[in-house]
Amino acid sequence: MTMLASIVHVMCALLLAPALPGVITRVKAWFAGRRGPPLLQAYYDLWKLLHKGAVYSKTTTWVFVAGPIVGLACAMTALLIVPMGGTAGVLSFSGDFLLLAYLLGLMRFFTILAALDTGSSFEGMGASREAFYSALAEPALLLGLVAMTAQSHSLSISGMVAAVTPVAIASPAGPALLLVAAALLIVFLAENARIPVDDPNTHLELTMIHEVMVLDHSGPDFAMIQYAATLKLWVLGALLVGILVPVRSGWWGVDLGAGIGGMVALAAVVGVIESTIARLRLVRVPQFLVAASVLSILALVLVMR
Amino acid sequence: MNVWLDTLLVLLILTNLHMLGSSRITACIRTVACQAVLLAAISLLAQPDGIGLRLLLLAAVTTTIKAGILPWLLQRAVREVGVQTEVEPIVGFTTSLLLGLGLLGAALHVAGRLPLPNDAGTSFLVAVALFTMMVGLLLIVSRRKAVMQTLGYLAMENGIYAFGLAFAIEEPLLVEMGVLLDVFVAVFVMGIAIHHISREFDHIDTDRLAALKD
Repeated sequence: MTMLASIVHVMCALLLAPALPGVITRVKAWFAGRRGPPLLQAYYDLWKLLHKGAVYSKTTTWVFVAGPIVGLACAMTALLIVPMGGTAGVLSFSGDFLLLAYLLGLMRFFTILAALDTGSSFEGMGASREAFYSALAEPALLLGLVAMTAQSHSLSISGMVAAVTPVAIASPAGPALLLVAAALLIVFLAENARIPVDDPNTHLELTMIHEVMVLDHSGPDFAMIQYAATLKLWVLGALLVGILVPVRSGWWGVDLGAGIGGMVALAAVVGVIESTIARLRLVRVPQFLVAASVLSILALVLVMR
Repeated sequence: MNVWLDTLLVLLILTNLHMLGSSRITACIRTVACQAVLLAAISLLAQPDGIGLRLLLLAAVTTTIKAGILPWLLQRAVREVGVQTEVEPIVGFTTSLLLGLGLLGAALHVAGRLPLPNDAGTSFLVAVALFTMMVGLLLIVSRRKAVMQTLGYLAMENGIYAFGLAFAIEEPLLVEMGVLLDVFVAVFVMGIAIHHISREFDHIDTDRLAALKD
């Protein structure tokens, strides 16, 4: 029965992930007093891109083609590991949190390689920033997960997240869990190229990080990149929702529903954050990310004491 | 009750880290005020044998002075002197944050080994108190602006107050009053000093004081 729940979660994620950016854009539009694009805009975009041809520059090699494919494969594998609340991941095993971190790393690595492969100086700049910022975000993610390991005595993400019950939050470990959630929120915003780290809307080359790396991809390749990005949003969001929405009723339908409701709420919160906070100056971003690591370490210290 | 105490102590740690990472003087002043409110709440929660009138009164007085009057004086000093609101650290914000983490580790280590009397509060409370004092000292040595150094002094005093909380509260009422008076006078004097410095030199960088000697 639990396996069925896990598979249903993966199906839901594959189907619903492109709706999350839609929710974010709608909330932002509502804040700005506009109507905004339809909720399903990301699906229309994907459909349109899939029916277009791809253009490849003569300077690019197979790496450029491999980038989006590896990225999508990594995001999908990560989706198999990540739990949604009490619903365990399909492929959960002991130590899978390291695999999750490095799947995300591999995805990023290939995006960076593909960006460098185009030989464009803009993309090189974006790749350099992406590498720098994600190197700072990774300790925060890993240390946060280690803190959760120390709290739950489980080496698999599913076990860690399942240990976050209302009882656990009311126990002395509760503050530590909330700190981990805060650190993961910062990682979530940074890894998904959201304000205050990166602005997904900007097309000013000097300020953008993630968007600039995928400028040269077109057609189905770009569709894969966008779909992988929404899956990544879902993967990291599911971790966060697992801590912040501790609904562990025992009926998998209720748990999964609460989790997916939590994802929509998280997307709405991201919309609010993007509407109310300005993007940080580039020199201040590292400090923001180090603050996330500091929160993670603090959580670890609190759990270990 | 223990969970609430722990949560408040974690919040106290976060205010300390925020002071180390923040680049705005006004934000730091507000943070010190927050610390005072947190300390008052901790002093009410940390008592094993109920809340007495004396304790309530003490908490109310300290909150009024440390969260109301002192921040107001400091804000006024900042406004009247026309200090630029940037902190101007000698040690960078990121480095300060990491140093703060190191200090937290040291505080936890020391508090775990201190031979505490039996009636002392939790060793975590002692650790956080030590950490707050160390952060105060770090702020004093690592910030250029006189206002920030005053804030460091206040943070240190908050730490001493928290340290006092870990032990029986009944005796040290006089001590508390003495400490408060100290701080009050210190801030008063520093306020005047800042004011005069601004009149004479148009800035309050303590670095430049060294240049006075020939």
